[in-house]
Amino acid sequence: MINKVITKGEFEKFISGIIDANETIGPKQVDTDRDGKPVYQFRQVKSFGEMDLDYTITYSSVKNFFLPFREELSRFDFSEKDWDQTVEYRVNPRAIIGVRPCDINALNILDKVLIGGAYPSPYYLARRRNTFLVGMDHEPLEDCFCESLGQDTVHRGFNLFCEDIGDKYYLTIMSSKAFRFLENVKVTDPTKEDDIKFHERRKRLRDMFKTKVEMTGLQSVMDIEFKSPVWKKWGDKCLNCGSCAMVCPTCYCYGIEENIDVGLKSSRKERVQYSCNLVDFAEVAGGHNFRPLKEDRLKYRYYHHYRGFAQNGDEPICVGCNRCGRACLAGINPKDVINELQLES
Amino acid sequence: MEYLGIEPKKARIGVFDFTCCEGCELQLANKEDSLVDFLALVEVVNFREVSSDRGQDYDIALIEGSISREDEVERLKQIREKAKILVTLGTCACFGGVNSIKNRFDIDDVVSEVYGKNKVETLPVRKVSDIVKVDLAIPGCPVSKSEVERIVVNLVTGAAVNLPKYPVCVECKQKGNTCVVDLGEICLGPVTRAGCDAACPTGKTGCLGCRGAAEDANFDSLREILREKGHSDEAIDERLRFYNAFSEELKNEG
Ligand code: SF4
Ligand code: SF4
Ligand code: SF4
Ligand code: SF4
Ligand code: SF4
Repeated sequence: MINKVITKGEFEKFISGIIDANETIGPKQVDTDRDGKPVYQFRQVKSFGEMDLDYTITYSSVKNFFLPFREELSRFDFSEKDWDQTVEYRVNPRAIIGVRPCDINALNILDKVLIGGAYPSPYYLARRRNTFLVGMDHEPLEDCFCESLGQDTVHRGFNLFCEDIGDKYYLTIMSSKAFRFLENVKVTDPTKEDDIKFHERRKRLRDMFKTKVEMTGLQSVMDIEFKSPVWKKWGDKCLNCGSCAMVCPTCYCYGIEENIDVGLKSSRKERVQYSCNLVDFAEVAGGHNFRPLKEDRLKYRYYHHYRGFAQNGDEPICVGCNRCGRACLAGINPKDVINELQLES
Repeated sequence: MEYLGIEPKKARIGVFDFTCCEGCELQLANKEDSLVDFLALVEVVNFREVSSDRGQDYDIALIEGSISREDEVERLKQIREKAKILVTLGTCACFGGVNSIKNRFDIDDVVSEVYGKNKVETLPVRKVSDIVKVDLAIPGCPVSKSEVERIVVNLVTGAAVNLPKYPVCVECKQKGNTCVVDLGEICLGPVTRAGCDAACPTGKTGCLGCRGAAEDANFDSLREILREKGHSDEAIDERLRFYNAFSEELKNEG
């Protein structure tokens, strides 16, 4: 890890160079909602000016650039007497600019699941390895609660991280690739003054968090509150629409589909993002549904995030971005659900 | 055309239109890049829009449109007798569709409004399953050709035929759309069966529910949400009535 500083003017030159040479994804304003607030999404960009690096948070996460909603895992060809299988997971190098700390931490969690497990996913791995990730800090929104989960700063899983210290960015360089790229622009060693500004910035951002979620002892609270009326209360509101899982940066559940092409000469095996909130997630052959009630389905999403994964993976799977809460029309969000559970016990 | 060395039995199909715009039939003839393959899977024995054959020897009858005249009732019953599998194609056949608006008015007023002095014989609009047994329903206004293709492929290869059970929101999120409810609109996506690739919200208008109810859909919660956002019950009901696809749910609410 090496620290440098770069002026914002040089930074623009640096990023423009990346955009000119690579497929690049960055935050863009795509809409204005009914309250006049901008809506941002990660989209492919062709120039620096198209991005809004001061964006608050994107509506969906960057997850789906690594785990596409629908992905062909293999293709079968049986047009001749025999059959052939093709598996393709090569991807072109690309860059994603302006990723927030919580989102990078979310990718680190996905790495555990999809690379660290017994059966690493070559598809995910290829996308992760071929993505040059430029992270960036930001002022939290009123409902962000990543700080409660210790996910408001990030220490690995990116190539370059930029902290805004006024007219300059304070850079953390985490890969030799980033170091090499930076050779083409003017960067300097941080002065004493830059270091002070960096610490002030971190402290200021941390002090800005308004939403606190009580994580202490949550795993045992969840064990005890398995039959709590809290689940029914929120379950009755739940639309089982899966929006929460679709926008969540860590939900990784999927289904596998096998589809025969219309000509009957080829077929494909595809991975499709799914969610435990959807009605048939726990339906098995013969039609039995292990989670027939809305409250069951909602409850298990919380159990996987804050209990099951926390026990097996040493940390909750949630990074506190509150995308699920913002996307949920029914107003279901981790802060209210967890804080109510904590009050129950 | 062989599949895994076996010659699948071609489905002998008849397509029959009733009270509708024939848009669903037109969808069958769409998607040119796979049309030849699609037509090779089936043997069309009766389909006004792609061939002049008028065969009566079909296994699968695709019914398009709702039923709104006495002679249509008779014709439908005859088709049911001949067909091994009867499939409703599109929202009109599955639920009654837009045509059902007629049922909200006095029938004589409707006739004179539309046909003036030329009196025609007409009945209240009904969905196909009100009259005959339906084996498979493919909803949509119009139907999605990709879905029809998938279903036909599954039928001829003997695979299970399934429609998504979850609501439109899943596909809408996958499209990366901004939720139109956040833009101030009414959207029935949370209670409507997916499968259209969230066509309407992708075009920035709220879902009208043409594919009918998703499984275990939460109507009460959606109504409460829309009320809180300032939409009136009349506006919500109007939306739910648009395609007549939620008549059961509206009835239950009393
Ligand atoms: S919690 Fe909200 S977003 Fe998630 S499935 Fe339920 S209603 Fe949809
Ligand atoms: S919360 Fe549900 S959808 Fe998300 S990863 Fe866990 S089981 Fe899958
Ligand atoms: S569960 Fe919600 S708050 Fe947690 S990471 Fe997922 S979207 Fe963000
Ligand atoms: S626009 Fe409609 S379909 Fe899309 S997420 Fe919002 S409510 Fe669901
Ligand atoms: S969004 Fe709704 S109304 Fe539009 S095509 Fe899909 S199901 Fe039909």
